[in-house]
Amino acid sequence: MAENVTNVLMVGVGGQGIILASDILAEAAMLAGLDVKKSEVHGMSQRGGPVFSHVRFGPEVHSPVIGRGEADVIYALERMELLRWAPWARPGATAIYADTDMLPTGIAAYPADIDDEIASRFGRVVRFDMRELRSQINPKAKNTVLLGAVSMLTDLPLDAYAQAITELVPPGTAEANLKGFEVGRRVAASALGVRLESETS
Amino acid sequence: MALGIPEPGTDASVGSQAVARKVETVRKMLSGNEAIALGAWEAGVAVGCGYPGTPSTEILEALIHYPDLYTEWSVNEKVALEVGLGACIAGGRALVTMKHVGVNVAADPLFTAAYTGVNAGLVVVTADDPSMHSSQNEQDNRHYAIAAKLPMFEPSTPADARQFTRWAFELSEGHDTPCFVRTTTRLSHSKGVVDDVDLTIKPAKHPVGVDQNPAKYVMIPGHARGRRLAVEARMGELARVVETHPANILERRGSVGVITSGVPYSYVREVLPDASVLKLGIVNPLPEQLIRDFAASVETLYVVEELDPIIETQVRAWGITCHGKDTFPTIGEFSPEVLRASLGLSVPASVPDGHIEVPPRLPGLCTGCPHGHVFDVLRERGLYVSGDIGCYSLGVLPPYRIMDTLVDMGASFTMAHGMDIVLAQAGQSHTERAHVSAVIGDSTFAHSGITGLLNAIWNKRDGLFVVLDNGTTAMTGAQENPMSGERMGHENSTHVDYTLLCRALGMPEENVAVVDGNNKALIAQTIDELAAKPGVKLLAAVGLCIMEAKDLSKSGKLEEKKAWRALELSAVCKGADRG
Repeated sequence: MAENVTNVLMVGVGGQGIILASDILAEAAMLAGLDVKKSEVHGMSQRGGPVFSHVRFGPEVHSPVIGRGEADVIYALERMELLRWAPWARPGATAIYADTDMLPTGIAAYPADIDDEIASRFGRVVRFDMRELRSQINPKAKNTVLLGAVSMLTDLPLDAYAQAITELVPPGTAEANLKGFEVGRRVAASALGVRLESETS
Repeated sequence: MALGIPEPGTDASVGSQAVARKVETVRKMLSGNEAIALGAWEAGVAVGCGYPGTPSTEILEALIHYPDLYTEWSVNEKVALEVGLGACIAGGRALVTMKHVGVNVAADPLFTAAYTGVNAGLVVVTADDPSMHSSQNEQDNRHYAIAAKLPMFEPSTPADARQFTRWAFELSEGHDTPCFVRTTTRLSHSKGVVDDVDLTIKPAKHPVGVDQNPAKYVMIPGHARGRRLAVEARMGELARVVETHPANILERRGSVGVITSGVPYSYVREVLPDASVLKLGIVNPLPEQLIRDFAASVETLYVVEELDPIIETQVRAWGITCHGKDTFPTIGEFSPEVLRASLGLSVPASVPDGHIEVPPRLPGLCTGCPHGHVFDVLRERGLYVSGDIGCYSLGVLPPYRIMDTLVDMGASFTMAHGMDIVLAQAGQSHTERAHVSAVIGDSTFAHSGITGLLNAIWNKRDGLFVVLDNGTTAMTGAQENPMSGERMGHENSTHVDYTLLCRALGMPEENVAVVDGNNKALIAQTIDELAAKPGVKLLAAVGLCIMEAKDLSKSGKLEEKKAWRALELSAVCKGADRG
């Protein structure tokens, strides 16, 4: 495994917006002057199947894919998908996830104690209560809310995130997404027990 | 550069304008597919054509946004390659794109285009799909380069993909040969940093003018025998070129040596950071002397290649000892994990195991997809379904479980035809044989379903053929097709009238029905009526892809498309032209 490479595995279900979120993270890393590789799934999985995007950045990155036990962060827009990809996380990795449940076709019930299992397996956990968040943010900005949490775990300058968000989100939604990003940072700061640096952008 | 592509940071103009001008260039995150489009534009491509197929589709979808060039979705890959060949003979550089199995369709013109050669450059992209993420087989299209005697580049990164595409046009034009660029899913759909992108340049084009030279382009045996010699001479020439071509890179490190190409190069760098690496950017022809020298300079030699042992077989034929498929798998795509496991290296530990078993999340037809109604009716009647390639292939999965064969584009009608022959030989009446049906999508129908339909009618068979027409090529992300009333770029165009087409092919009018794909009762009634009749019957169930409807709704074009689809169901649209 290359040294000084940050591995963020972003997962969800087709249609949730994983590809856009990973484009933003990759763009931010590139704007920060780093080498970046990103690998994603297209095609059949978009029809309701699992969707993933591997984002890797650092001074020099070779492989576009993250191997098992290599992800520093798993970013999940769906809880079951987080568990599906858990073996890709290194011991002590951070889980950032929305508590969204999307029941796969043909499955009777969602596992009951999924949050406990996530907490027991990952080193650090930032869980987003989507119902609670709904009062604070535009629901369409949930991807950038979770990216706010990712920003607490990377060395990328906040300016780079802000620029990437502004460039890549749909026209007219930049403000809502930048606000969501800040909300995500606050939630993550509290969950991780760290102090929020003064915001710049 | 030979094609007049300005080097980054320099001014393209010459003469009185020779004062150096700083050109603003940018870094961009591009996918392998987007990078191929950029490279093609920079190389002065005039025509881009192809048939959509994962993972190749986004190349033309990116290319269409560049100025001063023409793009089209052709009806199939054979047609696309011939359009590209014609374009290049008229002096327009042409890029032809397809997925790996598309090359099977295009193989006929491909092998003879190797004989005719080109006028302007002709580059064919084959996008292979190791691990079959979205394909019916895992064929290794490097075999095509060898079999057709064509050079083939294989980029490892998006930056390579852009540069290699430019080189492919140079090599094509410089050596009078079509040239392959091979990608795989992992490159096509991976993004990486591409430096020095300058969209203000105006790429130089090849001079236009049809190259009239029957001895070169009319491949009657007398001419072809002459060109056969030219092909061998060219491959000999290229064998010398690749010895020093900058696409082949030697990285000298430790005493363990690795010969590799494509995306596996990145895994080698990850897993064996101290190994010396010969990175082959051109996989046909192979640089014999370079490989011999490299092999002699290392203690242990590995050949790391996905799928078939093509480089390894050649290396061994030269009498060089190496490890290849004795160590690495032949099946499926590689990853750092696969390499570590193959080499017996330790694999990183993961987070601890949990107790919750995560159920699979299978893809399926979208909720509200019009194909579901046809599938319900076929299932309720217990029909055997000869299937085809597209979104509707998901009909094999729950909850429908309604597809009994799927082989290649267009095989639904033709395989049902074959079954009909044998069942008739066994004495089954046409009503008994009506338990065999065939379904095909609208884009696949235009691609290669119409020939099968014609064949069945002409050969006086019986059969119930259904076109699942959702007005777009949905599986690959909603591309226009000849049945959808639009051409590439959402430009209004002609569209095919099923009734007129079937009648022209020799089918009685009462055997054709075009119905609303969302009206399940009508579909059921029509299928029962058609099934009772002798001869070939065609039902077109016309609806709207709900994924495309979402996008059209966002762009404000939904009502227009709905109106057109409704028009298709009425008699007045026969032979109509939307333009």
